[in-house]
Amino acid sequence: MSAWETVVGLEVHVELSTATKMWCGCPTTFGDAPNTNVCPVCSGQPGALPVPNARAVHDATLLGLALGGTIAPRCRFHRKNYFYPDLAKNYQISQYDVPLVSDGVLEVEVERDGELVLETVRIERLHMEEDTGKSLHLGATGRLHGADRSAIDYNRSGVPLLEIVSRPDVRDPETAQAYLRELQAIVRTLGVSDARMEEGSIRCDANVSVRRPGEPLGTRCEIKNLNSVRSLGRAIAHEAARQIAVLEDGGSIVMETRHWDEDAGVTRTLRRKETVTDYRYFPDPDLVEVTTSPRRVAEVRAELPELPAAARARLVAAGVPRAQAATVLGGGMLALLDAAVAAGAPAPAAANWLAGEVTGWLAAEGVALADAGLTGTHVAELVAMVEEGAVSATQAKQVLAGVLEDRGAAGPRAVAEARGLSQLRDEGELARVVAEVVAANPDAVAAVRDGNDRAIGALVGQVMRATGGSADPRRTNELLRAAIGS
Amino acid sequence: MSLSEDEVRHVAALARLALDDDEIAALTPQLADILAYAAEVGAVATDDVAPMTHPLGLEDVTRPDVPGERLPADAVLAAAPDRVGDRFGVPRIVEEDA
Repeated sequence: MSAWETVVGLEVHVELSTATKMWCGCPTTFGDAPNTNVCPVCSGQPGALPVPNARAVHDATLLGLALGGTIAPRCRFHRKNYFYPDLAKNYQISQYDVPLVSDGVLEVEVERDGELVLETVRIERLHMEEDTGKSLHLGATGRLHGADRSAIDYNRSGVPLLEIVSRPDVRDPETAQAYLRELQAIVRTLGVSDARMEEGSIRCDANVSVRRPGEPLGTRCEIKNLNSVRSLGRAIAHEAARQIAVLEDGGSIVMETRHWDEDAGVTRTLRRKETVTDYRYFPDPDLVEVTTSPRRVAEVRAELPELPAAARARLVAAGVPRAQAATVLGGGMLALLDAAVAAGAPAPAAANWLAGEVTGWLAAEGVALADAGLTGTHVAELVAMVEEGAVSATQAKQVLAGVLEDRGAAGPRAVAEARGLSQLRDEGELARVVAEVVAANPDAVAAVRDGNDRAIGALVGQVMRATGGSADPRRTNELLRAAIGS
Repeated sequence: MSLSEDEVRHVAALARLALDDDEIAALTPQLADILAYAAEVGAVATDDVAPMTHPLGLEDVTRPDVPGERLPADAVLAAAPDRVGDRFGVPRIVEEDA
Protein backbone atom coordinates (compact mmCIF):
# COMPACT_ATOMS: atom_id res chain seq x y z
CA MET A 1 0.00 0.00 0.00
CA SER A 2 1.33 3.44 -0.90
CA ALA A 3 2.15 6.02 1.76
CA TRP A 4 -0.25 8.75 2.80
CA GLU A 5 0.11 12.32 1.66
CA THR A 6 -0.78 15.19 3.99
CA VAL A 7 -2.56 18.12 2.35
CA VAL A 8 -2.75 21.45 4.14
CA GLY A 9 -4.33 24.80 3.32
CA LEU A 10 -3.67 27.72 5.61
CA GLU A 11 -5.86 30.61 6.68
CA VAL A 12 -3.86 33.40 8.19
CA HIS A 13 -5.43 36.40 9.90
CA VAL A 14 -3.35 39.54 10.17
CA GLU A 15 -4.40 42.46 12.37
CA LEU A 16 -3.36 45.69 10.71
CA SER A 17 -1.47 48.19 12.82
CA THR A 18 -3.58 51.15 11.75
CA ALA A 19 -4.23 53.83 14.37
CA THR A 20 -7.98 53.24 14.24
CA LYS A 21 -10.46 50.45 13.63
CA MET A 22 -11.80 49.29 10.27
CA TRP A 23 -15.16 51.07 10.37
CA CYS A 24 -14.82 53.69 13.11
CA GLY A 25 -12.29 56.01 14.72
CA CYS A 26 -11.71 53.96 17.89
CA PRO A 27 -8.03 53.34 18.66
CA THR A 28 -6.61 49.86 18.10
CA THR A 29 -4.19 49.95 21.04
CA PHE A 30 -3.46 46.54 22.53
CA GLY A 31 -3.90 46.08 26.26
CA ASP A 32 -6.07 49.09 27.17
CA ALA A 33 -8.68 48.78 29.96
CA PRO A 34 -11.67 46.67 28.77
CA ASN A 35 -14.39 48.39 26.72
CA THR A 36 -12.69 51.79 26.66
CA ASN A 37 -12.00 51.82 22.90
CA VAL A 38 -15.61 51.43 21.90
CA CYS A 39 -18.15 53.63 20.10
CA PRO A 40 -21.66 53.20 18.68
CA VAL A 41 -20.29 51.60 15.48
CA CYS A 42 -18.13 48.86 17.02
CA SER A 43 -20.61 48.14 19.80
CA GLY A 44 -23.33 47.52 17.21
CA GLN A 45 -25.76 50.28 18.15
CA PRO A 46 -28.79 50.48 15.84
CA GLY A 47 -28.34 53.08 13.12
CA ALA A 48 -24.59 53.48 13.58
CA LEU A 49 -22.90 53.45 10.18
CA PRO A 50 -19.51 51.95 9.32
CA VAL A 51 -17.05 53.86 7.12
CA PRO A 52 -13.96 51.99 5.83
CA ASN A 53 -10.52 53.06 7.00
CA ALA A 54 -8.63 54.32 3.94
CA ARG A 55 -5.30 53.27 5.46
CA ALA A 56 -6.56 49.70 5.96
CA VAL A 57 -7.63 49.47 2.32
CA HIS A 58 -4.22 50.79 1.30
CA ASP A 59 -2.35 48.32 3.54
CA ALA A 60 -4.41 45.41 2.25
CA THR A 61 -3.63 46.46 -1.32
CA LEU A 62 0.07 46.75 -0.50
CA LEU A 63 0.19 43.27 1.03
CA GLY A 64 -1.80 41.88 -1.89
CA LEU A 65 0.76 43.26 -4.33
CA ALA A 66 3.66 41.98 -2.20
CA LEU A 67 2.10 38.53 -2.52
CA GLY A 68 1.90 38.89 -6.28
CA GLY A 69 -1.88 39.04 -6.25
CA THR A 70 -4.37 40.68 -8.58
CA ILE A 71 -6.26 43.63 -7.13
CA ALA A 72 -9.97 43.63 -7.92
CA PRO A 73 -11.00 46.76 -9.86
CA ARG A 74 -14.20 46.75 -7.78
CA CYS A 75 -15.01 44.86 -4.62
CA ARG A 76 -17.54 45.10 -1.85
CA PHE A 77 -18.27 44.03 1.69
CA HIS A 78 -20.65 41.31 2.82
CA ARG A 79 -22.28 40.55 6.12
CA LYS A 80 -21.42 37.16 7.54
CA ASN A 81 -24.23 36.42 9.93
CA TYR A 82 -23.72 34.49 13.12
CA PHE A 83 -24.78 34.66 16.73
CA TYR A 84 -21.65 34.57 18.84
CA PRO A 85 -21.49 37.56 21.16
CA ASP A 86 -17.88 38.36 20.22
CA LEU A 87 -19.34 40.81 17.70
CA ALA A 88 -22.17 42.94 18.99
CA LYS A 89 -23.83 43.34 15.57
CA ASN A 90 -24.58 39.61 15.16
CA TYR A 91 -22.61 39.71 11.95
CA GLN A 92 -19.05 40.24 10.85
CA ILE A 93 -18.37 42.54 7.93
CA SER A 94 -16.18 40.58 5.56
CA GLN A 95 -15.74 40.02 1.84
CA TYR A 96 -17.32 37.14 0.01
CA ASP A 97 -17.73 36.76 -3.74
CA VAL A 98 -15.15 39.36 -4.77
CA PRO A 99 -12.17 39.69 -2.41
CA LEU A 100 -9.81 42.66 -2.74
CA VAL A 101 -6.96 40.36 -3.80
CA SER A 102 -6.92 37.06 -5.65
CA ASP A 103 -4.34 34.65 -7.07
CA GLY A 104 -1.18 35.44 -5.17
CA VAL A 105 1.80 33.24 -4.53
CA LEU A 106 4.37 32.80 -1.79
CA GLU A 107 7.67 31.01 -2.24
CA VAL A 108 9.22 29.65 0.92
CA GLU A 109 12.52 27.98 1.72
CA VAL A 110 12.23 24.66 3.50
CA GLU A 111 15.15 22.63 4.78
CA ARG A 112 14.83 19.01 3.72
CA ASP A 113 17.58 16.44 4.31
CA GLY A 114 20.02 19.24 4.98
CA GLU A 115 19.22 21.05 1.75
CA LEU A 116 17.16 24.16 1.20
CA VAL A 117 14.27 23.53 -1.14
CA LEU A 118 12.05 26.24 -2.60
CA GLU A 119 8.34 25.44 -2.16
CA THR A 120 5.59 27.39 -3.90
CA VAL A 121 2.32 27.96 -2.07
CA ARG A 122 -0.42 29.60 -4.11
CA ILE A 123 -2.66 32.11 -2.41
CA GLU A 124 -6.31 31.90 -3.33
CA ARG A 125 -7.43 35.20 -1.89
CA LEU A 126 -6.81 38.00 0.55
CA HIS A 127 -9.82 39.82 1.89
CA MET A 128 -10.62 42.60 4.33
CA GLU A 129 -12.72 42.05 7.42
CA GLU A 130 -12.93 43.04 11.06
CA ASP A 131 -11.66 41.38 14.20
CA THR A 132 -13.99 40.23 16.95
CA GLY A 133 -14.11 41.24 20.60
CA LYS A 134 -11.93 39.32 22.98
CA SER A 135 -13.61 36.66 25.09
CA LEU A 136 -12.40 35.82 28.52
CA HIS A 137 -13.53 32.34 29.45
CA LEU A 138 -14.43 32.04 33.08
CA GLY A 139 -14.25 28.64 34.61
CA ALA A 140 -12.16 26.39 36.73
CA THR A 141 -9.24 26.33 34.32
CA GLY A 142 -9.70 29.76 32.74
CA ARG A 143 -9.50 28.03 29.38
CA LEU A 144 -12.00 27.31 26.67
CA HIS A 145 -12.63 23.75 27.80
CA GLY A 146 -14.61 23.76 31.00
CA ALA A 147 -15.65 27.42 30.93
CA ASP A 148 -19.23 28.06 32.07
CA ARG A 149 -19.44 31.78 31.39
CA SER A 150 -17.61 34.20 29.12
CA ALA A 151 -16.86 37.90 29.46
CA ILE A 152 -16.37 40.14 26.45
CA ASP A 153 -14.16 43.13 25.85
CA TYR A 154 -15.08 44.94 22.62
CA ASN A 155 -11.82 46.90 22.35
CA ARG A 156 -10.64 44.52 19.61
CA SER A 157 -14.04 44.44 17.93
CA GLY A 158 -13.69 46.08 14.52
CA VAL A 159 -9.89 46.15 14.36
CA PRO A 160 -8.91 45.79 10.67
CA LEU A 161 -8.19 42.19 9.86
CA LEU A 162 -6.89 40.62 6.67
CA GLU A 163 -7.61 36.99 5.93
CA ILE A 164 -5.13 35.31 3.63
CA VAL A 165 -6.27 31.95 2.31
CA SER A 166 -3.76 29.62 0.69
CA ARG A 167 -4.54 26.87 -1.79
CA PRO A 168 -4.07 23.36 -0.40
CA ASP A 169 -0.46 23.30 -1.65
CA VAL A 170 1.28 22.56 1.64
CA ARG A 171 2.40 18.95 2.10
CA ASP A 172 4.21 18.93 5.42
CA PRO A 173 4.47 20.78 8.75
CA GLU A 174 7.80 22.37 7.83
CA THR A 175 6.40 24.09 4.74
CA ALA A 176 3.43 25.36 6.77
CA GLN A 177 5.80 26.81 9.35
CA ALA A 178 8.01 28.39 6.69
CA TYR A 179 4.91 29.91 5.03
CA LEU A 180 3.74 31.48 8.27
CA ARG A 181 7.22 32.82 9.08
CA GLU A 182 7.60 34.25 5.58
CA LEU A 183 4.21 35.95 5.76
CA GLN A 184 5.17 37.35 9.15
CA ALA A 185 8.43 38.70 7.69
CA ILE A 186 6.58 40.27 4.74
CA VAL A 187 3.95 42.10 6.77
CA ARG A 188 6.66 43.39 9.11
CA THR A 189 8.77 44.55 6.18
CA LEU A 190 5.75 46.37 4.77
CA GLY A 191 5.03 47.80 8.23
CA VAL A 192 1.35 46.88 7.99
CA SER A 193 1.28 44.74 11.14
CA ASP A 194 3.57 43.85 14.02
CA ALA A 195 2.48 40.24 13.42
CA ARG A 196 2.99 39.05 17.00
CA MET A 197 1.52 35.60 17.47
CA GLU A 198 1.59 35.91 21.25
CA GLU A 199 -0.57 39.04 21.06
CA GLY A 200 -2.79 37.52 18.40
CA SER A 201 -1.93 40.11 15.75
CA ILE A 202 -1.18 37.23 13.41
CA ARG A 203 -3.14 34.00 13.74
CA CYS A 204 -3.22 30.83 11.73
CA ASP A 205 -5.76 28.07 11.17
CA ALA A 206 -4.85 24.94 9.22
CA ASN A 207 -7.16 22.87 7.02
CA VAL A 208 -5.69 19.38 7.15
CA SER A 209 -6.62 16.29 5.15
CA VAL A 210 -4.81 13.15 4.03
CA ARG A 211 -5.01 11.08 0.86
CA ARG A 212 -3.14 8.52 -1.17
CA PRO A 213 -0.91 10.41 -3.64
CA GLY A 214 -2.79 11.14 -6.85
CA GLU A 215 -6.22 10.64 -5.32
CA PRO A 216 -8.79 13.44 -4.92
CA LEU A 217 -8.57 15.57 -1.77
CA GLY A 218 -9.73 13.87 1.41
CA THR A 219 -12.23 15.30 3.90
CA ARG A 220 -10.60 18.10 5.82
CA CYS A 221 -10.63 19.27 9.39
CA GLU A 222 -9.94 22.84 10.38
CA ILE A 223 -7.48 23.19 13.25
CA LYS A 224 -7.78 26.28 15.42
CA ASN A 225 -5.97 27.69 18.46
CA LEU A 226 -2.51 27.56 16.93
CA ASN A 227 -0.64 30.07 19.05
CA SER A 228 2.88 29.69 17.75
CA VAL A 229 4.79 28.58 14.69
CA ARG A 230 5.80 25.56 16.71
CA SER A 231 2.22 24.57 17.58
CA LEU A 232 1.26 24.95 13.89
CA GLY A 233 3.82 22.28 13.00
CA ARG A 234 2.95 19.99 15.90
CA ALA A 235 -0.79 20.27 15.26
CA ILE A 236 -0.49 19.39 11.57
CA ALA A 237 1.71 16.38 12.33
CA HIS A 238 -0.70 15.17 15.02
CA GLU A 239 -3.86 15.76 12.98
CA ALA A 240 -2.49 13.97 9.91
CA ALA A 241 -1.50 11.00 12.08
CA ARG A 242 -4.96 10.97 13.68
CA GLN A 243 -6.73 10.97 10.31
CA ILE A 244 -4.46 8.24 8.92
CA ALA A 245 -5.18 6.08 11.99
CA VAL A 246 -8.94 6.58 11.55
CA LEU A 247 -8.82 5.74 7.83
CA GLU A 248 -6.54 2.72 8.24
CA ASP A 249 -8.96 1.49 10.88
CA GLY A 250 -11.69 1.54 8.22
CA GLY A 251 -13.31 4.72 9.56
CA SER A 252 -14.04 7.99 7.82
CA ILE A 253 -13.18 11.61 8.56
CA VAL A 254 -15.98 13.98 9.56
CA MET A 255 -15.61 17.56 8.37
CA GLU A 256 -15.31 19.60 11.56
CA THR A 257 -13.40 22.24 13.43
CA ARG A 258 -10.86 20.93 15.93
CA HIS A 259 -9.15 22.75 18.74
CA TRP A 260 -5.41 22.29 19.30
CA ASP A 261 -4.60 21.52 22.92
CA GLU A 262 -0.99 22.63 23.28
CA ASP A 263 -0.44 20.97 26.67
CA ALA A 264 -1.87 17.60 25.70
CA GLY A 265 -0.47 17.80 22.16
CA VAL A 266 -3.75 16.68 20.58
CA THR A 267 -6.62 18.14 18.56
CA ARG A 268 -10.18 17.87 19.90
CA THR A 269 -13.59 18.29 18.29
CA LEU A 270 -14.87 21.85 18.61
CA ARG A 271 -17.89 21.88 16.35
CA ARG A 272 -19.18 20.48 13.12
CA LYS A 273 -18.30 22.70 10.18
CA GLU A 274 -21.23 24.92 9.32
CA THR A 275 -22.07 25.00 5.66
CA VAL A 276 -21.28 28.22 3.86
CA THR A 277 -24.93 29.11 3.33
CA ASP A 278 -25.60 29.08 7.05
CA TYR A 279 -23.72 32.36 7.35
CA ARG A 280 -26.25 33.91 4.94
CA TYR A 281 -23.73 36.25 3.37
CA PHE A 282 -25.28 39.25 1.67
CA PRO A 283 -23.87 42.60 0.50
CA ASP A 284 -23.77 45.07 3.38
CA PRO A 285 -26.15 47.89 2.40
CA ASP A 286 -24.29 50.25 4.78
CA LEU A 287 -21.13 50.11 2.65
CA VAL A 288 -20.41 51.03 -0.94
CA GLU A 289 -17.99 49.47 -3.39
CA VAL A 290 -14.24 49.96 -3.16
CA THR A 291 -12.62 50.60 -6.51
CA THR A 292 -8.94 50.33 -7.40
CA SER A 293 -7.86 51.77 -10.75
CA PRO A 294 -4.79 50.48 -12.63
CA ARG A 295 -3.22 53.84 -11.81
CA ARG A 296 -3.85 53.34 -8.10
CA VAL A 297 -2.35 49.83 -8.34
CA ALA A 298 0.78 51.33 -9.92
CA GLU A 299 1.00 53.96 -7.18
CA VAL A 300 0.80 51.41 -4.39
CA ARG A 301 3.15 49.04 -6.19
CA ALA A 302 5.73 51.83 -6.33
CA GLU A 303 5.69 51.90 -2.51
CA LEU A 304 6.77 48.25 -2.21
CA PRO A 305 10.06 47.98 -0.33
CA GLU A 306 12.61 45.23 -0.90
CA LEU A 307 10.79 42.05 0.13
CA PRO A 308 12.29 39.44 2.47
CA ALA A 309 13.10 36.92 -0.28
CA ALA A 310 15.12 39.51 -2.22
CA ALA A 311 16.75 40.83 0.94
CA ARG A 312 17.68 37.30 2.00
CA ALA A 313 19.31 36.64 -1.34
CA ARG A 314 21.22 39.91 -1.07
CA LEU A 315 22.49 39.14 2.45
CA VAL A 316 23.54 35.61 1.53
CA ALA A 317 25.42 37.02 -1.45
CA ALA A 318 27.18 39.40 0.98
CA GLY A 319 28.40 36.44 3.01
CA VAL A 320 25.77 36.30 5.77
CA PRO A 321 24.86 32.71 6.74
CA ARG A 322 21.29 31.80 5.73
CA ALA A 323 20.08 31.15 9.25
CA GLN A 324 21.31 34.54 10.42
CA ALA A 325 19.81 36.27 7.38
CA ALA A 326 16.47 34.68 8.30
CA THR A 327 16.76 35.83 11.92
CA VAL A 328 17.65 39.38 10.89
CA LEU A 329 14.69 39.55 8.50
CA GLY A 330 12.27 37.80 10.83
CA GLY A 331 13.22 40.23 13.59
CA GLY A 332 12.68 43.29 11.40
CA MET A 333 16.39 44.19 11.68
CA LEU A 334 17.20 44.61 7.98
CA ALA A 335 17.20 48.41 8.12
CA LEU A 336 19.51 48.28 11.12
CA LEU A 337 21.85 45.88 9.35
CA ASP A 338 21.91 48.06 6.24
CA ALA A 339 22.66 51.10 8.43
CA ALA A 340 25.51 49.21 10.13
CA VAL A 341 26.97 48.28 6.75
CA ALA A 342 26.59 51.86 5.56
CA ALA A 343 28.51 52.91 8.70
CA GLY A 344 31.38 50.64 7.71
CA ALA A 345 30.68 47.23 9.24
CA PRO A 346 31.15 44.10 7.13
CA ALA A 347 27.67 42.53 6.65
CA PRO A 348 28.57 39.10 8.14
CA ALA A 349 29.99 40.63 11.34
CA ALA A 350 27.04 42.99 11.78
CA ALA A 351 24.53 40.20 11.05
CA ASN A 352 26.29 38.00 13.59
CA TRP A 353 25.74 40.59 16.32
CA LEU A 354 22.13 41.26 15.34
CA ALA A 355 21.08 37.63 14.94
CA GLY A 356 22.99 36.56 18.05
CA GLU A 357 23.51 38.88 21.00
CA VAL A 358 21.00 41.57 20.05
CA THR A 359 18.17 39.11 19.32
CA GLY A 360 18.97 37.22 22.52
CA TRP A 361 19.02 40.36 24.66
CA LEU A 362 15.72 41.68 23.22
CA ALA A 363 14.01 38.33 23.85
CA ALA A 364 15.42 37.97 27.36
CA GLU A 365 14.50 41.53 28.36
CA GLY A 366 11.19 41.60 26.49
CA VAL A 367 12.14 44.84 24.74
CA ALA A 368 11.01 45.64 21.19
CA LEU A 369 13.77 46.49 18.72
CA ALA A 370 12.17 49.87 18.05
CA ASP A 371 12.44 50.73 21.75
CA ALA A 372 16.03 49.55 22.20
CA GLY A 373 17.60 52.68 20.73
CA LEU A 374 20.19 50.68 18.85
CA THR A 375 21.52 52.32 15.67
CA GLY A 376 23.56 51.08 12.74
CA THR A 377 26.41 53.33 13.91
CA HIS A 378 26.40 51.54 17.30
CA VAL A 379 26.66 48.15 15.62
CA ALA A 380 29.42 49.32 13.27
CA GLU A 381 31.35 50.84 16.19
CA LEU A 382 31.10 47.60 18.15
CA VAL A 383 32.30 45.56 15.18
CA ALA A 384 35.23 47.97 14.72
CA MET A 385 36.17 47.80 18.42
CA VAL A 386 36.40 44.02 18.30
CA GLU A 387 38.24 44.14 14.97
CA GLU A 388 40.90 46.53 16.22
CA GLY A 389 41.23 44.67 19.53
CA ALA A 390 39.98 47.54 21.70
CA VAL A 391 37.77 45.08 23.58
CA SER A 392 37.73 41.29 23.85
CA ALA A 393 34.76 39.33 22.55
CA THR A 394 33.50 38.88 26.10
CA GLN A 395 33.82 42.57 26.81
CA ALA A 396 32.10 43.44 23.55
CA LYS A 397 29.01 41.59 24.77
CA GLN A 398 29.08 43.59 27.98
CA VAL A 399 29.46 46.78 25.96
CA LEU A 400 26.47 45.87 23.81
CA ALA A 401 24.37 45.08 26.88
CA GLY A 402 25.36 48.48 28.27
CA VAL A 403 24.28 50.25 25.10
CA LEU A 404 20.94 48.42 25.13
CA GLU A 405 20.35 48.94 28.86
CA ASP A 406 20.70 52.69 28.34
CA ARG A 407 18.45 52.42 25.24
CA GLY A 408 21.21 53.77 23.02
CA ALA A 409 21.83 56.90 25.07
CA ALA A 410 25.56 56.21 24.85
CA GLY A 411 27.47 54.51 22.02
CA PRO A 412 29.76 51.48 22.47
CA ARG A 413 33.00 53.47 22.88
CA ALA A 414 31.41 55.71 25.52
CA VAL A 415 29.96 52.69 27.35
CA ALA A 416 33.32 50.86 27.24
CA GLU A 417 35.06 53.90 28.66
CA ALA A 418 32.44 54.53 31.33
CA ARG A 419 32.59 50.89 32.45
CA GLY A 420 36.35 50.57 32.17
CA LEU A 421 36.12 47.85 29.56
CA SER A 422 39.24 47.57 27.44
CA GLN A 423 41.23 44.65 26.21
CA LEU A 424 44.37 43.87 28.17
CA ARG A 425 47.09 45.01 25.77
CA ASP A 426 49.96 45.11 28.19
CA GLU A 427 51.90 42.06 27.00
CA GLY A 428 53.96 42.03 30.19
CA GLU A 429 50.84 41.97 32.34
CA LEU A 430 49.26 39.22 30.24
CA ALA A 431 52.49 37.17 30.34
CA ARG A 432 52.54 37.51 34.12
CA VAL A 433 48.97 36.19 34.44
CA VAL A 434 49.77 33.36 32.02
CA ALA A 435 52.82 32.37 34.08
CA GLU A 436 50.70 32.34 37.25
CA VAL A 437 48.02 30.17 35.67
CA VAL A 438 50.62 27.74 34.30
CA ALA A 439 52.27 27.49 37.73
CA ALA A 440 48.96 26.91 39.50
CA ASN A 441 47.67 24.18 37.16
CA PRO A 442 50.36 21.50 36.75
CA ASP A 443 47.83 18.80 35.84
CA ALA A 444 46.29 20.78 32.98
CA VAL A 445 49.75 21.80 31.79
CA ALA A 446 50.82 18.16 31.74
CA ALA A 447 47.70 17.25 29.83
CA VAL A 448 48.46 19.88 27.19
CA ARG A 449 52.00 18.56 26.90
CA ASP A 450 50.49 15.07 26.37
CA GLY A 451 48.63 16.47 23.40
CA ASN A 452 45.24 16.97 25.05
CA ASP A 453 44.15 20.08 23.19
CA ARG A 454 41.01 20.56 25.23
CA ALA A 455 43.02 21.19 28.36
CA ILE A 456 44.34 24.43 26.88
CA GLY A 457 40.78 25.71 26.77
CA ALA A 458 40.51 25.38 30.54
CA LEU A 459 43.74 27.35 30.96
CA VAL A 460 42.54 30.09 28.60
CA GLY A 461 39.38 30.24 30.68
CA GLN A 462 41.44 30.73 33.85
CA VAL A 463 43.38 33.58 32.27
CA MET A 464 40.12 35.18 31.12
CA ARG A 465 38.71 34.93 34.64
CA ALA A 466 41.87 36.37 36.18
CA THR A 467 41.75 39.34 33.81
CA GLY A 468 38.03 39.96 34.13
CA GLY A 469 37.48 38.90 30.54
CA SER A 470 39.81 41.58 29.20
CA ALA A 471 42.45 39.28 27.71
CA ASP A 472 42.53 38.50 24.01
CA PRO A 473 41.77 34.76 23.85
CA ARG A 474 43.90 34.19 20.76
CA ARG A 475 46.96 35.96 22.19
CA THR A 476 46.42 34.18 25.52
CA ASN A 477 46.40 30.87 23.69
CA GLU A 478 49.67 31.73 21.98
CA LEU A 479 51.35 32.84 25.21
CA LEU A 480 50.13 29.73 27.04
CA ARG A 481 51.52 27.42 24.38
CA ALA A 482 54.82 29.30 24.43
CA ALA A 483 55.00 29.08 28.23
CA ILE A 484 54.16 25.37 28.29
CA GLY A 485 56.41 24.72 25.34
CA SER A 486 53.85 22.51 23.59
CA MET B 1 -42.31 29.00 -4.91
CA SER B 2 -42.51 25.85 -2.84
CA LEU B 3 -41.07 25.82 0.64
CA SER B 4 -41.00 22.93 3.10
CA GLU B 5 -41.75 23.26 6.80
CA ASP B 6 -38.23 21.96 7.51
CA GLU B 7 -36.75 24.82 5.50
CA VAL B 8 -38.79 27.30 7.51
CA ARG B 9 -37.63 25.63 10.74
CA HIS B 10 -34.02 25.91 9.58
CA VAL B 11 -34.37 29.59 8.70
CA ALA B 12 -36.18 30.28 11.98
CA ALA B 13 -33.39 28.57 13.91
CA LEU B 14 -30.75 30.68 12.12
CA ALA B 15 -32.70 33.80 13.06
CA ARG B 16 -33.08 32.58 16.66
CA LEU B 17 -36.88 32.49 16.37
CA ALA B 18 -38.62 29.95 18.58
CA LEU B 19 -41.67 28.86 16.56
CA ASP B 20 -44.05 26.07 17.52
CA ASP B 21 -45.57 23.62 15.04
CA ASP B 22 -48.77 25.66 14.60
CA GLU B 23 -46.77 28.77 13.78
CA ILE B 24 -44.57 26.85 11.36
CA ALA B 25 -47.67 25.49 9.62
CA ALA B 26 -49.21 28.97 9.38
CA LEU B 27 -46.02 30.76 8.31
CA THR B 28 -44.81 28.31 5.68
CA PRO B 29 -47.41 29.21 3.02
CA GLN B 30 -47.13 32.92 3.91
CA LEU B 31 -43.37 32.92 3.47
CA ALA B 32 -43.76 30.94 0.23
CA ASP B 33 -46.17 33.61 -1.08
CA ILE B 34 -43.75 36.40 -0.16
CA LEU B 35 -40.88 34.65 -1.94
CA ALA B 36 -43.06 34.01 -4.99
CA TYR B 37 -43.96 37.69 -5.11
CA ALA B 38 -40.32 38.71 -4.86
CA ALA B 39 -39.45 36.19 -7.57
CA GLU B 40 -41.63 38.09 -10.05
CA VAL B 41 -38.72 40.50 -10.40
CA GLY B 42 -36.89 37.66 -12.11
CA ALA B 43 -39.36 37.81 -15.01
CA VAL B 44 -37.88 41.15 -16.11
CA ALA B 45 -35.09 40.81 -18.66
CA THR B 46 -31.95 42.22 -17.02
CA ASP B 47 -29.18 40.54 -18.99
CA ASP B 48 -27.80 43.89 -20.11
CA VAL B 49 -28.18 45.62 -16.73
CA ALA B 50 -25.29 45.58 -14.26
CA PRO B 51 -26.36 44.59 -10.75
CA MET B 52 -26.96 47.57 -8.54
CA THR B 53 -24.96 47.26 -5.35
CA HIS B 54 -26.11 50.46 -3.76
CA PRO B 55 -29.10 52.73 -4.38
CA LEU B 56 -27.11 55.95 -4.05
CA GLY B 57 -24.57 55.20 -6.77
CA LEU B 58 -21.70 56.07 -4.45
CA GLU B 59 -18.32 54.36 -4.34
CA ASP B 60 -15.08 54.70 -2.40
CA VAL B 61 -16.49 56.34 0.67
CA THR B 62 -13.67 56.08 3.19
CA ARG B 63 -12.33 57.99 6.16
CA PRO B 64 -8.76 58.90 7.13
CA ASP B 65 -7.05 56.79 9.80
CA VAL B 66 -7.56 59.39 12.52
CA PRO B 67 -8.92 58.64 16.01
CA GLY B 68 -12.44 59.85 16.72
CA GLU B 69 -14.83 60.01 19.62
CA ARG B 70 -15.29 57.05 21.92
CA LEU B 71 -17.97 56.23 24.46
CA PRO B 72 -17.19 56.11 28.19
CA ALA B 73 -16.89 52.47 29.27
CA ASP B 74 -19.80 52.90 31.69
CA ALA B 75 -22.06 54.11 28.89
CA VAL B 76 -21.06 51.12 26.77
CA LEU B 77 -21.72 48.72 29.63
CA ALA B 78 -24.98 50.40 30.70
CA ALA B 79 -26.88 48.35 28.13
CA ALA B 80 -25.25 45.07 29.10
CA PRO B 81 -27.78 42.49 30.31
CA ASP B 82 -25.01 41.03 32.45
CA ARG B 83 -21.75 42.56 33.54
CA VAL B 84 -18.54 40.90 34.69
CA GLY B 85 -16.38 43.71 36.00
CA ASP B 86 -15.68 45.94 32.99
CA ARG B 87 -16.75 43.27 30.53
CA PHE B 88 -20.02 42.03 29.08
CA GLY B 89 -21.12 38.79 30.72
CA VAL B 90 -22.38 36.33 28.11
CA PRO B 91 -23.38 32.68 28.08
CA ARG B 92 -20.33 30.52 27.78
CA ILE B 93 -18.85 30.40 24.31
CA VAL B 94 -18.04 26.84 23.43
CA GLU B 95 -17.22 27.66 19.85
CA GLU B 96 -15.06 30.35 18.43
CA ASP B 97 -14.93 32.01 15.08
CA ALA B 98 -13.18 34.82 13.29
